[in-house]
Amino acid sequence: MKIAVCVKAVPDAAAGRRLDPATLRLDRSVELAISDFDTYAVEEALKLKEAAGDGEVVVVSMGPERAMDALRKALAMGADRAVLVSDASLEGADLLGTSKALAGALAQEGADLVLFGQQSADGGGACLWAAVAERLRQPVVSQVSELTIDGAALTGKRQTEFGYDTIRAPLPAVVAVSDAINTPRYPSLKGIMGAKKKPQEVVAAEGAASGTTVVALNPPPARGEARKIEDDGSAAEQIVEFLAEKRLV
Amino acid sequence: MAKTLVFLEHHEGQIQKGSLGVLAKAASVGEVAGVLAGSGVRGIAEGVGATVWVADDERLAKPLPQPRVDVLAKLVRDEGYDTVLFGQSVLAADVAAGLAARLDAGLNWGLVDFDGIQGQAPALQDTVVVDVGWTSPVRIGLFRAGALDPIELAGATEVKDVAVELEEFSTAAEMVEQAHAEQQGPSIEDADVIVAGGRGLGEPEKFALAEGLAQALGGAVAATRAVVDAGWYPYSAQVGQTGKTVSPKLYVALGISGAIQHKVGMQGSNVIVAINKDPNAPIFEFSDLGVVGDLHDIVPKLTELVRARRS
Repeated sequence: MKIAVCVKAVPDAAAGRRLDPATLRLDRSVELAISDFDTYAVEEALKLKEAAGDGEVVVVSMGPERAMDALRKALAMGADRAVLVSDASLEGADLLGTSKALAGALAQEGADLVLFGQQSADGGGACLWAAVAERLRQPVVSQVSELTIDGAALTGKRQTEFGYDTIRAPLPAVVAVSDAINTPRYPSLKGIMGAKKKPQEVVAAEGAASGTTVVALNPPPARGEARKIEDDGSAAEQIVEFLAEKRLV
Repeated sequence: MAKTLVFLEHHEGQIQKGSLGVLAKAASVGEVAGVLAGSGVRGIAEGVGATVWVADDERLAKPLPQPRVDVLAKLVRDEGYDTVLFGQSVLAADVAAGLAARLDAGLNWGLVDFDGIQGQAPALQDTVVVDVGWTSPVRIGLFRAGALDPIELAGATEVKDVAVELEEFSTAAEMVEQAHAEQQGPSIEDADVIVAGGRGLGEPEKFALAEGLAQALGGAVAATRAVVDAGWYPYSAQVGQTGKTVSPKLYVALGISGAIQHKVGMQGSNVIVAINKDPNAPIFEFSDLGVVGDLHDIVPKLTELVRARRS
């Protein structure tokens, strides 16, 4: 079984995420890291491959060329190779451009299963998979917290606003997994060393026109007085004082 | 002026409040019609107060996104709608994104407002509010859960039928079980005090910490989607976009990062206290008191102090 995992290199949380007031885009000049949510999809792909006894896990991403450094974490976890769609015309691509670029690369790969994490850590639209599935003309199941594959079909359990659904779909299919589905493994030292030698391909793609635009940035609404403290051993006392002030204890 | 189609999501014969909020917003800025897709759903359209397109077909009985993309795409093309709006839900997000790809229409998500031309969307954990626009002929917008009040429309309800034509791949997925509610648990909606636990508790057994503190404060215990989905705590105690919306006098968040999906379910709380070891956790952006520290050290002490004070 061939599994493609779509991942995104996002500005590292520690480096901070901000919109550049000049370009009105996310500042991606800082260090990039694979979005945490995507590591659950990588883990699930590796588990499925291990259970099947053979197969291939390909990491597919879109981003600047230096995003390959971030993809290497997925290779260190155990993915077999990485494909990065990178093109100057894709800079600032929205859902339309991104879904087209990814669907193009995925069509080339012809995977049995395409996995996504539950959202990106920066944009957070949490729906890219549905646009990719539409372009691939494949069934899509999102928010999956339990996934089983038997033969040529998958069964996914997922939570919605009303309870739990169970959905079956034939392969090939697109599945977005929730962060409850597993506990992602840490890359081993051997995995990290080996990752550099795994195939890493950068492919160009025509940028598709975006359908959205950012017009202006505004500060968030002012919030009330907020306190933030670091625990020096007296945090419990300070919380009780605060609650007493507010007449909550 | 916008000519808008609004996706009316329904469950057990009721149109969801989020959809009605979006319908009212759309009506305030232009011409609007709703669309209902399902099986045996004509009756639900009664009293909506606007034109309602009804796609009534057995193949639409289960709330799966892809057949709904087919229905909406045909309506947009045949009737010339220039805007399609949704209220956030698991289903709506997938329909909106599928429709965007089908129509090559721009999709803006997380909207809290729309004036007929532009929208407003808080971004990056609400640290910035972005004015967003569209460059495509058709505009698609997904509103944040709970962003709009469902105001009743006073207009006449006109029900119109939609011919349902589905793509083969759109009907490949099959829902074998729908909206199964797992386990019963305590009610959290009426609690004055809520102590909520997230992944930062470390393991399911550590919910005892949340339970101890809740008991000391005379409150109820809640949980995040991540830990409920992982089977640590019952679904009935879940707060957030796919769980309950609560507004207690005091909300204590233990080991909760504060993702937007959780925030929309508890931001109406009067006082929010958060304990998290990650100083960058978004929850600190909207807590009245944020404590950076190890909850496993702090909570037992806190519970004891609260008990002593209240006894």
